[in-house]
Amino acid sequence: MKFTKICMSLVMVVVLFGTTLAQMKLNGAGATFPYVIYSKWFDVYSKQHGVEFNYQSIGSGGGIKQVTEGTVDFGATDAAMTDAQLASVKDKQGSDVLHIPTVMGAVVITYNLPAAGKDLKLTSNVLAKIYLGQITRWNDNEITSINKGKNLPDQAIIVAHRSDGSGTTNIFTDYLKKVSKTWAINIGMGASVNWPVGLGGKGNEGVAGLVKQSEGAIGYVELAYAVKNGLSYASMQNKEGNFIEPTFESVSAAAAGAAKNMPADLRVSITDASGKDSYPISGFTWLLIYKNMKDKSKAKEIAGFLTWAMGEGQGFAKDLYYAPLPKEVVKMCEKKIATIVTE
Amino acid sequence: MNKMKLSITGDKVFKNTTMLFAFFVFALVFLMAYEMVRGSELSLRHFGWKFLTTTTWDPVADEYGALPFIFGTLASSLLALVIALPLSIGVAIFLSELAPRWLERPVSFLVELLAAIPSIVYGLWGIFVLVPWLRNSVEPGLIKSFGYLPLFKGVPYGFGMLAAGIILAIMIIPIISSISRDVLQAIPKTQREAALALGATKWESTKIVLADGKSGLLGATLLGLGRAVGETMAVTMVIGNRSEISASLLDPGHSMASVIANEFAEATTDMYTSSLIEIALILFAVTIILNVIARLIVWSMTKKFKTT
Repeated sequence: MKFTKICMSLVMVVVLFGTTLAQMKLNGAGATFPYVIYSKWFDVYSKQHGVEFNYQSIGSGGGIKQVTEGTVDFGATDAAMTDAQLASVKDKQGSDVLHIPTVMGAVVITYNLPAAGKDLKLTSNVLAKIYLGQITRWNDNEITSINKGKNLPDQAIIVAHRSDGSGTTNIFTDYLKKVSKTWAINIGMGASVNWPVGLGGKGNEGVAGLVKQSEGAIGYVELAYAVKNGLSYASMQNKEGNFIEPTFESVSAAAAGAAKNMPADLRVSITDASGKDSYPISGFTWLLIYKNMKDKSKAKEIAGFLTWAMGEGQGFAKDLYYAPLPKEVVKMCEKKIATIVTE
Repeated sequence: MNKMKLSITGDKVFKNTTMLFAFFVFALVFLMAYEMVRGSELSLRHFGWKFLTTTTWDPVADEYGALPFIFGTLASSLLALVIALPLSIGVAIFLSELAPRWLERPVSFLVELLAAIPSIVYGLWGIFVLVPWLRNSVEPGLIKSFGYLPLFKGVPYGFGMLAAGIILAIMIIPIISSISRDVLQAIPKTQREAALALGATKWESTKIVLADGKSGLLGATLLGLGRAVGETMAVTMVIGNRSEISASLLDPGHSMASVIANEFAEATTDMYTSSLIEIALILFAVTIILNVIARLIVWSMTKKFKTT
């Protein structure tokens, strides 16, 4: 009796070991924005190829930290790493880090002004001035002159922004920094900044809550969040002077516009992109991959997954409210993926 | 003989093991303090005491000053205390002195139940019920009638210091009132009986009981304050999250706990992380000081009753 029990437990131990050996597990951490599509990808891919993924959406900053410390196999971020951060990884982990764009998102300007109805128009100049506290009322000349035919009320503008550090804020402030000198000098860009005016809400839902509840409020949220929740949002004037509504097409157009001058390392900001159909507050989200991983079998798996994500994976994007990569960018990514050292 | 020896060693082992467990608590507190000091070394060294007195919080320029957060935490907690204290003491007096038995039990139970509601639930209630009510009904009225006071100047956002104070008040009422009730009930019955025997009214005897329990009530208050100081989610959801110091209750503010919760995940530079950890250290110090004071007061009171 005892003997058979021991035998059975021995067999079980062997079986357990066997499965862990056969099934590879890849650990990743980082951005929350692409979490939905990444979980879908990991789920589908692991069913097809038997690789297990464990992704923790702890935020872009956290992802970069973990990649630097070498506690994960890959990272994810909405804000490209700085040169100093890349140097620090090279120093600690002895490998370069590749930025692979996976999908795109956009930041939309949502507002609560029943008198204005839908499709309010905004220019970069007006938006910057509102967030700098230089335009404080809705019937300001600079707003009414671009919204002819709308009867904008004499009401205070309540500015809302994210209170938590976020990739969304990073894209938004990157845009404001590009279009406004005053913003560039006094505020700058980052996951959180020293806001001159406004109320802070935690997360997209916090900002949306502030805006929904306060008449006269303006705020910024992710495109996916705005579409899912049916928020009303403004058309933004782009570099060519056209007013563009944020859609998956206009976001992809921005990436295509930026693809012409894409730097070799793919770390590029596509805010205020050229192209007549480009929505100006768009951005990539990246996976952070070690170019030269110690565990080559893992590197091989990651490269395989990335190739799949660039092809079949892109098909999942629209249904999950992400903008897919334009073809030009996919080609560049594939070239980049080929440089991962797998042997 | 042998058996007795065995039981003595058993007692010793038992005593030493439990003592070891107790020391774990000490070790935990010291380790926490040590880790926080170590984590904030960079900003401690770089900003020094200036960290406590400057108001700029600029992650882009890597410049940090904690004053708006310290102010926000203290202001919102004190405001909460001003609202919660009279209510809680009233509840405690009613429960320990006046309530009939059949009412005391369910009311005490409900009060303690309030303490068990997660703070995020209070926060959601704050966003969807309290804030709109403040914005539409309360704050315009306050501005109209008391707008000349700096305390009530500004725009009726709804979100702000006032909303945070009210939410915190609701959250600490159960703590203060249930501890106060225990304090009042611990006062010997003879005190009341003596007062009544001398022809005192119910109100007069209650006054005597309150005077006896003064230090215990103060202790309860400080424990409530400690809870308010550390509260994170509910506050961050309604306070407006703006790192500014303003005299007006209607203006948005920020707090130490909420800035940590908000910004830690995306803090990328070393100085940024270090500054956030230093804020945690300050918060830790403030809570410890408050709790120590509370314990000392409660302790001095129980000692007084043991000796008499």
